[in-house]
Amino acid sequence: MDIAEVPVTQKGKGKKKKNKSDKTKTTEQSAKMETDVEVKEEKTEEPVSFPPAFSLSDIKNKQRRHLMFLKLKQDKRKQKMELKKKRKRQEKILGSKAPPKQVPKTIENQRVHDETTVDPEDEEVAFDEATDEFSAYFNGLTNPKVLITTSDRPRGRTVKFCRQLATVIPNAHVYYRRGLALKRIIPQCVARDFTYLIVINEDRKVPNGLVLCHLPEGPTAHFKVSSVRLRKEMKRRGKEPTEHTPEVILNNFTTRLGHSIGRMFAALFPQNPQFVGRQVATFHNQRDFIFFRFHRYIFKNEKKAGIQELGPRFTLKLRSLQKGTFDSKFGEYEWVLKRHEMDACRRKFQL
Amino acid sequence: MGESSRPCTVWLGSETGILKGVSVSRKQAFNFCNSLQLSRQHEVRTLCWADAAESELLVAAVDGTVKTFSVEKGAFTDTRSCGDPAEGCFVGMAVLDNGASLVTCAESGLLRVWRDESREPATEIRVGSDIARMRQNPERRHNVATGGKENCLKVWDLEKPDKPVFTAKNLRSDWLDLRRPHWVKDMAFIPGSDKVVTCTGHHQVHVYDPSTPQRRPVLEATYGEYPLTTLSLPAAGDSVVVGNTHGQIAVLDLRKGLVRGCFKGLAGGVRGLQCHASQPLVASCGLDRFLRIHSLENRRVQHKVYLKSRLNCLLLASRPLEEAECAVGEDGQEVKEEDDDEDEVWDAMEQVDEQEQNLKRKTPEEEADNSNRNAQENFQSKTSEEGENLEKKTPEEAPPKNKTKKRKKAQA
Repeated sequence: MDIAEVPVTQKGKGKKKKNKSDKTKTTEQSAKMETDVEVKEEKTEEPVSFPPAFSLSDIKNKQRRHLMFLKLKQDKRKQKMELKKKRKRQEKILGSKAPPKQVPKTIENQRVHDETTVDPEDEEVAFDEATDEFSAYFNGLTNPKVLITTSDRPRGRTVKFCRQLATVIPNAHVYYRRGLALKRIIPQCVARDFTYLIVINEDRKVPNGLVLCHLPEGPTAHFKVSSVRLRKEMKRRGKEPTEHTPEVILNNFTTRLGHSIGRMFAALFPQNPQFVGRQVATFHNQRDFIFFRFHRYIFKNEKKAGIQELGPRFTLKLRSLQKGTFDSKFGEYEWVLKRHEMDACRRKFQL
Repeated sequence: MGESSRPCTVWLGSETGILKGVSVSRKQAFNFCNSLQLSRQHEVRTLCWADAAESELLVAAVDGTVKTFSVEKGAFTDTRSCGDPAEGCFVGMAVLDNGASLVTCAESGLLRVWRDESREPATEIRVGSDIARMRQNPERRHNVATGGKENCLKVWDLEKPDKPVFTAKNLRSDWLDLRRPHWVKDMAFIPGSDKVVTCTGHHQVHVYDPSTPQRRPVLEATYGEYPLTTLSLPAAGDSVVVGNTHGQIAVLDLRKGLVRGCFKGLAGGVRGLQCHASQPLVASCGLDRFLRIHSLENRRVQHKVYLKSRLNCLLLASRPLEEAECAVGEDGQEVKEEDDDEDEVWDAMEQVDEQEQNLKRKTPEEEADNSNRNAQENFQSKTSEEGENLEKKTPEEAPPKNKTKKRKKAQA
């Protein structure tokens, strides 16, 4: 066992050796080894021979091993700082001729280029969007009116979440779901001029799903909700949101599917925001997760603005987009999340 | 004009009214549009070949018009009005007597035979209501089959339009003695025999045999949990390819009714599915705006093309999809494709070939028209008036040049 280890442990090459412990280690090893001679012969036969490599994991004493590891980390950090300083000095000396700054690779940087990314000058896509189900809203013909409800028998957090959502979205009404079937609620909503139906699904007293159904005949999106923070859990929050209609920010919805979802969110809010209210709702898409935040801003001077987070915050992930109103069994799906196929590549995103 | 349409081997109709032709060998997609203005009224519902030589296509639109598109000329040559949009959109179209007469079926159940440009149909049959599909028997051209929601499969002979040749019966009531709902969504005639295979909205596949006295299905197979929307028969026989609303496509064996395998990759509901007449290939299109061509043997994606609108229907040419037209250029590309086929071990589904959409450039006056329209229809994904709040993240790599211009044809 021990004999076999020595030629193989070349992995200790990169690691740091502390002289004292090294000596103790090698003496221990030599004491343990049964056939020293064989090993030495093997080594002399090889044209390139490495000294017995030392690895941190060979130290059996946890405290000593931990100390060695800390030293190793410190050394590495020192090297890194030196390199940085060197680079900075170089930049100062060379000025504009310095080599460009290295950009670290992030998953967003390495994103696989999606062929469905919308080109702003593309007419076919522009026509498609101009005449889709939201065209009535974007042409100013309808005003949003939202009905918020939950799954049956909601509990504390979900009820509070619904009420807070209703303060954030103007012209929203919360109704208690008394075990009614959605397919029956929808025609009644359409008759009463509602444009959106939001159903918040609850599991074990916590909201975990959201069905957003555009009403006259529009698409239904099903999201997974996570990280819900109610107003009282916010740190440094501002006062209650006022009745002014907020502005809407939609970030990073680049693909065709992203555009459809972005339009869905945009159509929740009335077209003309009241800037007096200084409130803004943000839907930020990153890596297929949509982060919702609600802030109040104030311009301190021309360049600086301060923000206060009000309102609930939550994260959404799109699970399916169905054409037509809510009909999960017989409806046609425009996009369905298929985890094993779509989540296989870490750098490919759908929204 | 004709050069863009002649190499196209796959034709698709979209919801925006554009007829798209895809040339798989050249890896290009072309848009063909009849009018200057796009309109949802021209949404293409069905496509079919006007003649056996496949030189002309018939395009049926939502507003009740059937347009003829000439593949040779690359333009729409004819339009005829075949019914009111009030009667429902077209669910099936077929051609009789090598182009002399046209059979159309509307959703409300009006099956009509049109002859020689006349305004009135020569024959009209009421097939029921809520029809989902009408298909023609490729061997006996006078037989057509229709089916729909709560409307069982009926096979009609157009020369004897009074009674259907075969009416199917609903399945037996289940073990609780409840009536089984049935909803025929698509059907196909099995070549070489009388049998008809249908797929239903209750995820069943049925085979009916009119030559036997049994009016109930001879074989029943189920797949998945979602309504099956389309089906197609591969040339090899003995199996059927079905697609459902969730984007799942599967090959079912018709001898025992078992699932042989699935085709992966689709994200949206399947609207059009067709197997090639001679090659072992299946083309599928759907609501996710992609055309995918899978190979039937190893069930992998051979080609994937992004076509920007939702696709309604699909038509394949009988000639081989990747034929070489001009000797020099195509050989190189064919070799490239074989390489792609070989090394797709690690990326079976998302195999995206270097597809470019090179659409024809428009003439200057049409560009001017377009720029005017662009100014009005400028896409804003934000509701507030100021544009500066919108941040769009552009991908780091420069996207390939996708200048998609609509190819327009001035009204003749």
